[in-house]
Parts: sequence; structure tokens; C-alpha cells
Amino acid sequence: MNTATIKTKINAAQPTSLEQVEKESVYSTRQLNLWYGNNHALKNIDLEIGENEVTAIIGPSGCGKSTYLKTLNRMVELVPSVKTSGEIHYRGRNIFDSSYGVEELRTRVGMVFQKPNPFPKSIYDNIAYGPRIHGIKNKKILDEIVEKSLRGAAIWDEVKDRLNENAYGISGGQQQRICIARTLAIEPDVILMDEPTSALDPISTLKIEELVQELKEQYSIIIVTHNMQQAARISDKTAFFLNGEVIEYDRTDTIFSNPADKRTEDYISGRFG
Amino acid sequence: MRYIEQEKVVRRMNGRMVVNRVFQGLFMFATALALLALVILLYRIVSQGAGHLSLDFLTNFASRFPDQAGIKAALVGSIWLMAVVAPTSILLGVGSAIYLEEYAKKGRITTFIQMNISNLAGVPSVVFGLLGLTIFVRALALGNSILAAGFTMSLLILPVIIVAAQEAIRSVPGELRDASYGMGATKWQTIVRIILPAAIPGILTGSILALSRAIGETAPLIVVGIPVIIQFLPEGVMDTFTALPMQIYDWSSRPQAEFQTVAAAGIIVLMVVLLFMNSVAVFIRNKFDKSY
Repeated sequence: MNTATIKTKINAAQPTSLEQVEKESVYSTRQLNLWYGNNHALKNIDLEIGENEVTAIIGPSGCGKSTYLKTLNRMVELVPSVKTSGEIHYRGRNIFDSSYGVEELRTRVGMVFQKPNPFPKSIYDNIAYGPRIHGIKNKKILDEIVEKSLRGAAIWDEVKDRLNENAYGISGGQQQRICIARTLAIEPDVILMDEPTSALDPISTLKIEELVQELKEQYSIIIVTHNMQQAARISDKTAFFLNGEVIEYDRTDTIFSNPADKRTEDYISGRFG
Repeated sequence: MRYIEQEKVVRRMNGRMVVNRVFQGLFMFATALALLALVILLYRIVSQGAGHLSLDFLTNFASRFPDQAGIKAALVGSIWLMAVVAPTSILLGVGSAIYLEEYAKKGRITTFIQMNISNLAGVPSVVFGLLGLTIFVRALALGNSILAAGFTMSLLILPVIIVAAQEAIRSVPGELRDASYGMGATKWQTIVRIILPAAIPGILTGSILALSRAIGETAPLIVVGIPVIIQFLPEGVMDTFTALPMQIYDWSSRPQAEFQTVAAAGIIVLMVVLLFMNSVAVFIRNKFDKSY
């Protein structure tokens, strides 16, 4: 397909009303391109991501949605041979600026991964890891952070009596909430979630979804998901990615009830992907 | 239409089972042969040397009278040698492994270095002895001291430690690194707090096995010019010394038959030291082993 026509379509598909949204945007992406070697994985992405909202990114496998998410905290650069162009402004500052350290960015932008990945340490040490690497040594403060984060991730009551047990001994769903608590412990502004429920059972998934709803009061959440029902249930806005491009970005109810682009409609109605 | 006919399968089954048995037997025989060699060796040494083992044997210096010959200088010398080899080789080896796995960009140069490390592991120990003689004994004028011999031995086992440590580091799941980096940890914090603790069982096991190779090596010591008969204990790393395999080598090459018994007793001591080091390695692996 001709890229020029796609581009005009995207621009047409992006409602200008988004720019006058009630809430301030935390991330604004401008003309982002990304290559893995010669593979052009993200093409001219323009996205504004709102504060205290849940933004879902959907699309078929290999469409670049995870890549985009990992670009937001520059984790994508851990892959060798990644090249980027364009800008991503986080709270008004270009994250690709050489003066912007990735460590600093990642203390503001936490990440929850696809597979629960607790450290092979006690539950307490897992949660205290972030505060400790940022220099907090006081035991009392650490205790408070651990409790607050575990409560924030709705798992305090389940693990409060076994904080010194290895985090590998609890169930996968609990592990994922430990990972969310661990992210909360660095007191982030934004939480990136990369298919956080794809390795979990339905009940654990439900718990995480409820948690996301609670967390958006305090955090801006960007969630990549394979599960369209999940996007419809929990997000305020949805971006549909296809072959490295943003096909459509709008309020979630609009995307799911009245998509502007035929391809979005085909995807959400299950005709491909 | 079916491609697999049950009748033919049944008919061919006997032949398949015979081949199956034959190979099972062949592999068992190979294992048994190795085990047999080990048992004969152990039996010969123990039956020959056990009689000579006593506390005196451990506390006497070498002597030209077989019944007074002891292993004190060699045992203490080997411990001194390990005291130099262990820190030197583990620090350098683990450092190189961390660099190669975590810092170095994968490319032609890294591949080249990697290939050469693997090749170094196969270089005969006598060659390392010559290297030690040239660099440490002569160029750096360390003489035939513990330090010179220790550095030579460290070079010898360095490739083994690097490869073992690299494997241990590589087996730490990438998700743990991601989690750490994702919270704003620096590379150093991630290495110290996440990667090394998870890799330590593998690193230590590999290192101890490499050290047990060093404690049994004779050739580099001969080339470096370590004396055999010493009637004093070293007091520092610049003193000269002798080591267990040197002492055993000397005894076993003496004409008097009695010294064969002494040599066998020395081998028992060396084997006990080796077994002890290997069991420490196993203990460490089991104690720290965490499944991911």
C-alpha cells in the first residue's frame, strides 16, 4: 500500500479534539521512527498520552505495540542495533536528549512486564529494591514504602505475614501484583504495562484489571494488550497499531463502537489478527 | 489412506528393541570401564600408601630416609599457592566474564576474544609454565617464588574460570535484568545486586573445579623452577616453596622401593584435598541453587 495515502488517512483519523482534551498530556510523541537493523518497526508515530488515564495499545502480533511501549522508557535500547529518529516528550522534555539519563527517566516511568519477573529474593527485598537503588537505607522508611506499595497493588493482606519468604513461592498472579507493587515503590508518574495478564489465569487477570482501574487515580497508565475485551473494559483511550503505524487513536468507546478506519473495524471485530 | 501400517510396525519391533538394548549395553560398558580404572587406581594407591599415612607424615619435612619423609612443606606450600591463585584467578576471571557478557558489544572483536579464550583453555600446561618463566620469573624478576608460580597457575586456569563464569552469568534470566533496568538501576547496580547473586553458585563451582586442577598441576611448577626438597616453611609470597604434586613426582621417581609407598601416601593426601574442594563446590551449588 502507498504510504502517502496511509499517512493522510492517519491524519484524518486522528481527531483534532484529542489535543484539546481536558487533561494534560504526559507523553507526546512526534514523528517517531524506529528500526531494528533494517527492519522499520515504527513508522512516523504521533501520539499524545493523557494524564491519569489508561491508554491501551492494541494490534496484531508484530505490529510494534510492545516496541513503542519500550521506547517510552527507552528499554528498547537494550536490544542491540536499534536506531530511532523523531522525538518523545515526557512532561515537556525530549527523552532522547543526551542530557536526559535513562536511569532518571525510568525512575519516573515504571514498567510491568509480560511474564511476572520477581527477583529471586524475599517479597520484602523485591519491593525495597527500587528505593534501595535510589539510595534509601533507613529501615523504617523502607518498611513504610513496602507496606504502602503492597497495599497499592492490593496484595498486602495476602502477603503481609510472609514478607521474608522468597517471592518465587507465591502464585503467578500474586507474583505479577508483587511486580506492580515493586514498580509503585519507585513512586513513578507513569506505569507502562506490557501485556501484564497474558501469562495469568482469568481470576488473576480480573484482579489486575481492577487494580489498573484503581491505579489510574494516581498514575498515568499505558497498557499493551492482546486482549481487545480487556482494552475495552479498562482503558479510556485506545490506539490501534498495524505494521508499525498508528491506524487509529481515539476514545476507547469510539474505537470499539464507531471506528473511523476499516482496518480498525476489521481487527476489533476479529476478522484478522 | 494410512501411511503407517500396524503390521509392519509390529514386525519391525523386535529389531528395533535389539538395537535399543545393544546401545544401552555399549554405553553401560563405557561407563563401567572408566569406573573400573578409577577403582583399580584407588585400590592400588590406598593399599600401598595407607600404611605410611600418619600424623608424622603430615608434620615431617621431606627426608632421604623413607620412613621419616613427610609432606609438611608441600602441603603448606600448596595452601600458599592456592592463597595466591584463588583471589588472582577468580577476580580476573569473573571480571573478564562480566565485561564480555554485560559490557562488551557483540561483534567481531568480542567473537575473536571469545574464540581465543576457548583456545587458551586447551593449551598444554607446560606452555603456561614457559610463559610464567619468561614473564614472572625473569622479566618481572619474581624468581621461583610463590607469587611467580601462583600467577603462572592463575593464567593456566583463567580461561576455565572465564568460560564457567560467562555461562553462569548468561544463565541469569534476561527478565531479571529488564526488571532492574526498568526501575532505573544502573548497570553496576544490576550486576552487583541481581546478576552476581544469581550467578554465584555457577561461578564458584567453576572456580573451585578450576582451582582443583591448579592444585594438581606439576608441569608449570617444574618449568618455573620450583624446588622439590625444602626444609622450611615459606613466610611470605616472595619465598620459594614446594607443592604436593612436585613432592609426589619426586618421590615416585626415586629408585628405592620404599619411596613408592611414600609417594602413594602423598597421593592420598592430594586426593583428600581435591575431594574436599570438590565437595565444597557441590555444597555451594546446592546451598545457593535457586531455580528460576
